[in-house]
Amino acid sequence: MDITYWNKDLETMDRSAIESMQLKRLQALVEKSLKTEFFKKRLARAGISSAEDITSLDDLRRLPFNVKDDLRQNFPTGLLAVDMQEVVRVHSSSGTTGIPTVIYLTQQDMDNWTDLLARSIVATGCSSKDVFQNMMSYGLFTGGLGLHYGAERVGMTVIPVGGGNTQRQVQIMKDFRTTVLHITPSYLLHIHSKLDSFNTRPEELHIERAFLGAEPYSENTRLKLEALFGMHAFNSYGLSEMNGPGVAFECMYKRGMHVWEDAYILEIIDPETGQQLPDGELGEVVLTNLVRSAMPLFRYRTRDLAYVNPEPCRCGRTHRRLSRIQGRTDDMLIVNGVNVFPSQIEEVIMAVPEVGTNYLIHLTKDGSLDKLTVKVEIYSKLFTGDMRELDALKGMIKEKLKASITINPVIELHEPGALPHSEGKAKRVLDEREML
Amino acid sequence: MKITQISVFLENRKGRLSEVCSMLGQADVNIRALTIAETESFGVLRMVVDKPSEAADLFRKNGITANLTDVVAAEVPDKPGGLAAVLKTLSDHDVNVEYMYGFVEKNSENALLVFRFDNPELAAQVLRENGLKVIDEKGIQGL
Repeated sequence: MDITYWNKDLETMDRSAIESMQLKRLQALVEKSLKTEFFKKRLARAGISSAEDITSLDDLRRLPFNVKDDLRQNFPTGLLAVDMQEVVRVHSSSGTTGIPTVIYLTQQDMDNWTDLLARSIVATGCSSKDVFQNMMSYGLFTGGLGLHYGAERVGMTVIPVGGGNTQRQVQIMKDFRTTVLHITPSYLLHIHSKLDSFNTRPEELHIERAFLGAEPYSENTRLKLEALFGMHAFNSYGLSEMNGPGVAFECMYKRGMHVWEDAYILEIIDPETGQQLPDGELGEVVLTNLVRSAMPLFRYRTRDLAYVNPEPCRCGRTHRRLSRIQGRTDDMLIVNGVNVFPSQIEEVIMAVPEVGTNYLIHLTKDGSLDKLTVKVEIYSKLFTGDMRELDALKGMIKEKLKASITINPVIELHEPGALPHSEGKAKRVLDEREML
Repeated sequence: MKITQISVFLENRKGRLSEVCSMLGQADVNIRALTIAETESFGVLRMVVDKPSEAADLFRKNGITANLTDVVAAEVPDKPGGLAAVLKTLSDHDVNVEYMYGFVEKNSENALLVFRFDNPELAAQVLRENGLKVIDEKGIQGL
């Protein structure tokens, strides 16, 4: 395998060079932040009134954490550190669960972000020869436009189709011989389940790679998708508060996502105490964006749970790798007193070949007890018509789940396509328990 | 002399069986014999139809999970003891029945029995040698 780089100097520079770059950029970030009333007050409380108060990277810990609610409190322009005239792009969360969170970028910020995406794309082995079908939503969501610009910068042939309309997506894949997809894993699973009805076999497509992101998923889902389409799937990580995709991306070795540490400072903390955790320990991801001037944001608590792998990567990149997101501090389910992450359930069921491409975790009350039902769609091609096999399958899934999460779930088998599916981010948990 | 049985995976949902059957009706596929095996959360509909490959195509296009299985269909006299005699013959020849279901034919004195055997070739031979009429695909279409 040939290792390709977008900017070899930046991607392979030694740790001390990364850290001195981080310090310089952190000082500039603090200076920018002081231009907003909100950060000025907040930093003053921490005894910081100028960039000169930051003399080493350890001083990062003097900066207070910021959370999603801080962005909401400052809606719409409270965290804007430049004149609106300099802003060339606005992105925002949907705001379906409250006040939206909004971010701003200058032309320089856009260039910085786009370059990180070009770097991410090339790290997977893609080049200007590829045909890139971008199936993430365009618009205020950062996923679609972010990768779009990055792919153009690499020189790929970009098809900006956006999400939805499965039949048309498959037709476009055939017509333009698409080689690279950007898509949520749940939507790609759904597409596979529809191929038969479009009279299309996966082998007729030319997909070589897929960038999977925007929702958590398990390693077994990746393996399943790779096998179903005969391709390589790369994990991608980002969040709109940090610009969107391009914070971390897997290289061709697919063993964790390189966090572009010249552009972001990565910390893992104990979500309870806020204390920094050593590499290798699972905790909450905290990020500082060093390359955005329109809207500075430091020590942002993402609520995503992951750990860091500091080992050198075979690709030669010196930027540390972030594990797959293991869950979120706020998506943990408590079932009869036992903590369960949806990702644990997905990990188990996606390893079962007879399970198809969709599932739903359903929580209800049975008297005073919680009842956990895992509904899975079966994989049509492995259906033999034999009841005993189906019963055995149910029993097997139940046993495996019980071994993993220590709770005895009810397993329901469903027809492919019967469970609710999404053409964007999937909703895998339906919690219908009465809240106390 | 095997014929094709179609098995359909059905989740336990109101109206699902009716949807599947309407689909066949609209495509002018006639059901000759059927049975449903069920548990509390799903069932398997097994049937013999006059146009199995059309039915299989139809199911595939509509995203219905279905599978084709070889079965043997035989006519037995529609009278007390008719089935018992056939089963005894099979048992005497060490032929094991995995499952079976029956249907009474409209215009004859016979019942149509559909058998799933682990060895359908041998079973068909035993049935024929004992004077039973084993029906082929053409025979099914003609029923």
